[in-house]
Amino acid sequence: MSVISLSAWDLSLAALLVVALAGLTLWARLGVGRSLLIAGVRTVLQLLLVGLVLQALFDHAQLGWVALMALVMLAIAGYEVMARQERRFAGIWGYGIGAATMFVSAFAVTVLALTTMVGPTPWWEPQYAIPLLGMLLGNTMTGIALGLDRLTQTVWRERRVIEGRLALGDTWVSATATMRREAARSGLMPTINAMAAAGVVSLPGMMTGQILAGVPPVEAVKYQILIMFLIAAGTGFGALGAVWLASKRLFDQRSRLRLDRLRPVRRG
Amino acid sequence: MDCLLEVEGLRTAQLGPLDLCLQAGELVQISGASGSGKSLLLRALADLDPSSGAVRLAGQDREGIEPPDWRRQVAYVPAETAWWASEVAEHFPSGWDKGQALAWLERFSLPEESLRWEIERLSSGERQRLGLLRAFLNRPRVLLLDEPTANLDLENTRRIERAVRSYLAEGGAGALWVSHDTLQRSRLGGRILEIRGGRLV
Repeated sequence: MSVISLSAWDLSLAALLVVALAGLTLWARLGVGRSLLIAGVRTVLQLLLVGLVLQALFDHAQLGWVALMALVMLAIAGYEVMARQERRFAGIWGYGIGAATMFVSAFAVTVLALTTMVGPTPWWEPQYAIPLLGMLLGNTMTGIALGLDRLTQTVWRERRVIEGRLALGDTWVSATATMRREAARSGLMPTINAMAAAGVVSLPGMMTGQILAGVPPVEAVKYQILIMFLIAAGTGFGALGAVWLASKRLFDQRSRLRLDRLRPVRRG
Repeated sequence: MDCLLEVEGLRTAQLGPLDLCLQAGELVQISGASGSGKSLLLRALADLDPSSGAVRLAGQDREGIEPPDWRRQVAYVPAETAWWASEVAEHFPSGWDKGQALAWLERFSLPEESLRWEIERLSSGERQRLGLLRAFLNRPRVLLLDEPTANLDLENTRRIERAVRSYLAEGGAGALWVSHDTLQRSRLGGRILEIRGGRLV
């Protein structure tokens, strides 16, 4: 396996393309030239930084460092889930539901895959553990955020119906059944779509990367299939868990709808 | 004297402490300026909003009754009833009794076909009558009526008043009725309690 190493010159040529695009948007007055350049600079800095961190991690492969890296990734993903909610839970729950379900789904699935399917020695070998966890977190994050957002939005919109049903003697479980199903479905849809389109409409990024790195296509495909299934499982369990936890939190022990547990929406 | 619904030291975020004794067959009207908390009182009694203090139904503490059972027996009917499925009868409580429903339809001057009517096509008068009927099918012991005839014409208003009256007369249930309309107040009669500064006077 061999990779053609890219020189600074090669990257500068690619950067020129972005600068040219920025010039064009400036001329067309799209008003995105500045943010395009800033985003470009961020890409360089963030990726270089993470490259250095990963290099250091690979050089000092110790369980403690790998675990720390994993926790930092989880913390950031938890924040992302919270930031994507229009009506988030007040207090620790706003962060906690997303982070807890991602911990259970993405972490559990990664550890399971490392110990039983991929099987590197040691099982937490950072070269395998960190990219796997990264892909799982990235995808479960989207699924959980979508599911939670849909749930809180619909419950808020349908609050009169929910309370009307409670007043007639329904339990909160049956009064919110359709809304919970809809929320879980919207969390799962991107993954299902990605699986259905894999290889036909798009060549998945990980597989493409492995092929570029010289891995035989069939080997790369096997890894991609594994990842796809792990992502589906992680996202599915995560979204279902998050929607269930969040719906429980929306009602109290006397099954009263407690929208006061959501933070008010800031407009503007 | 025994109370059907007994309230002692009820407090919510905005109200209280409140005491109240509603007797079987009695209709008590709740009045008060808008924003004084009339709806909040009814919602707290139906256990839709958090509250502290003692609420008892025929001597039994609310905490000892599962919330769905409590809400079937202490039925809250808002000014605007909520509908979520496509046909009327889909909104009825599970295991509803056809004969009972037909008897109520007759009293509300509604035809039998109305059980299959589409919600989209109901007039506001039909919605309110069917909304009340739906609550009656649970055989509630206390009705919490939050301006059930707001926005209705006189004919529909009268129908609802008569239906509630006859429900109270035959079943030994009691009702708390929030109304803005002074004519309706004199038609309904009975005790009138006013909420002022979060208290009943």
